[in-house]
Amino acid sequence: MKGYLGIDVGSVSTNLVFLNEGGIVCEAIYLRTQGQPIATVQKGLKELNERLPAGVKVRGAGVTGSGRHLTGVLVGADAVKNEITAHAVASLLLVPGVQTILEIGGQDSKIIILRNGVVTDFAMNTVCAAGTGSFLDQQAARLNIQIEQFGEIALQAESPVRIAGRCAVFAESDMIHKQQMGCGLPDILAGLCEALVRNYLNNVGKGKEILPPVVFQGGVAANVGMAKAFEKALELPVTVPSHFDVMGAVGAALLAREAVARTGLSRFKGFSVADSLFKTGSFECTGCPNMCEVVEVAEQGNVIARWGDRCGKWSNEISKEEKIS
Amino acid sequence: MRVTFPHMGNLYIPLKAMLNYLEVDVVVPPPSSKKTLNLGVKHGPEFACMPLKLNLGNFIEAREMGADTIIMAGGCGPCRFGYYAQIEHAILKDIGCDMQLIVLEPPEKNISELIVKMKKITGSRSWWQVIQAIRFGYQKALAVDEMEKTAFQVRPREAKPGATDRAFSEALTLIDNAASQVELAEARKKADTIMAGVARKHGAPVVRIAVIGEIYTLLEPFSNHRLERHLGLLGVEVDRSIYLSEWVNDHLLFGLVKNLRSSKDACASASPYLCHFVGGHGQETVGSAVNYALAGYDGIIQVYPFTCMPEIVAQSILPGVGSDYDIPILTLIMDEHTGEAGLQTRLEAFIDLLARRKETREAVNR
Repeated sequence: MKGYLGIDVGSVSTNLVFLNEGGIVCEAIYLRTQGQPIATVQKGLKELNERLPAGVKVRGAGVTGSGRHLTGVLVGADAVKNEITAHAVASLLLVPGVQTILEIGGQDSKIIILRNGVVTDFAMNTVCAAGTGSFLDQQAARLNIQIEQFGEIALQAESPVRIAGRCAVFAESDMIHKQQMGCGLPDILAGLCEALVRNYLNNVGKGKEILPPVVFQGGVAANVGMAKAFEKALELPVTVPSHFDVMGAVGAALLAREAVARTGLSRFKGFSVADSLFKTGSFECTGCPNMCEVVEVAEQGNVIARWGDRCGKWSNEISKEEKIS
Repeated sequence: MRVTFPHMGNLYIPLKAMLNYLEVDVVVPPPSSKKTLNLGVKHGPEFACMPLKLNLGNFIEAREMGADTIIMAGGCGPCRFGYYAQIEHAILKDIGCDMQLIVLEPPEKNISELIVKMKKITGSRSWWQVIQAIRFGYQKALAVDEMEKTAFQVRPREAKPGATDRAFSEALTLIDNAASQVELAEARKKADTIMAGVARKHGAPVVRIAVIGEIYTLLEPFSNHRLERHLGLLGVEVDRSIYLSEWVNDHLLFGLVKNLRSSKDACASASPYLCHFVGGHGQETVGSAVNYALAGYDGIIQVYPFTCMPEIVAQSILPGVGSDYDIPILTLIMDEHTGEAGLQTRLEAFIDLLARRKETREAVNR
């Protein structure tokens, strides 16, 4: 079997997928990043290698997510693309004709507008970190319910209460207030979903024309309460694709396919990367008062990448060619 | 009297030239850096915008170098920048940095008001000398802006990464070091040659993006994470809605210099979206967006510091401009919490989108 590898390294989750040449998702792995992107990627690669039949050939690898540059250096990626492009590409494959993508992940929220299969507009949360995913996680923990049950409980609501959702801090205090007033848990949870949707549409989706088909993806799409709140607010049906949580990785794999078709050769280092010894270190450059924190990545003792310096003094030292191979 | 002033991009070059011309003792604070910001964040109010914090840091660092007098711009209108000079002065006093403050308010009637204030700094110099000094400073501002415009053009096309940055800083040093009008003319010529000497690759498609928004975050590269450099390295040709020389001409010289782009044009273009002054450069931002769309730019990026009221007004209007003129507009909001990874993602995605649009459009036109 031949195919393409896609890796999405986000703040909360790390996802790996293996697409066969026809663009069908053969394997998908969802892991928690837990603040250790390198170890998590290696763990994911090992697991993927075990799951795939022997003799499988990776024709190309793509990476996306906030850890894309790091991971790209690690695995030798053919395509290093941001999440917006990756999500749009994946959505187009899995939901043909999609015109609006609502994407809420662990840290970022985005809206992508497509017309005729081309991204025509996008927006991402601006100032607020808007960790909607992380916030839902944390609230579930506070209320002692499983995050997987969150949505189901919200669906039982009879009359959702109104929660102030401008920011997570206010939302939490308002939830506690409603809780002390004696409102039921389902009503509070449904109210929270509606508040988050309202906040999303006001702050991320402002001024954008939301046309059907609408796709809702990212880790938060697992929450049926959120999906329902979106349908209610938009008065449109909202589709949650079957691989909603690994869409970034699917897109990265597709982008790798495109990249390899152009270059004809893959830079992928192979699954052995999982056993390589990577070491990261950082130091504060004292060359000027910026005191940039320079990060170094070393593989088996060889420095393969550096970044973080504003002036390029350290990162330029390792030239582009060496950086990737 | 040892005079200092806040940094705003390359403003230090013309300002220093002007003061040196008048034989005033000048202390240029070290370039804005993480240390500057840390000082400002520590002593400034949390809800003030980033420019105040950076100014404050500049002053504290200048004080360490022996400065005792501050020259600071004032302002009027709804933007709170107008009282920054006073607030900063009060904060400095609280932390034991007693410094004298001279506020240059924008003259309300005519240029003589400015000259009177200048006299305060310059003491016994003649009017003629003061006017000459302003002229000299202004010529430096023009020279610096010219170099910057060239850098914007060259950076996306440079054959070797980083070559433009090196040439640009070399050119700036030449201009900065020129001590007289004759020397300046010479330095300009040399600087032009240096900039022209950067090897370029040809034929690479270049996306054109205009950067608009609040003046401080536009001009001070530290405050916008060197946005223009980022864009240039990603293969984008940049233009900026405000250059130093234009701003000085508009606000301090009453448009004395002709044939220069003026904020009046930008304000005029803002109609019918925004027909009156909303403070700061809110109206100019909207108008510049219209002008750049008409000029055929591929995309627009609006930049402003967190909590900047005039720009928030503009931001809420820009989607309308974007859809009327069919041009994508991205907004970036800067403060000390802005992370570079997020910025990078937004820029890459925006450029991807513009490149794709440009490609399909050119295919249709062919």
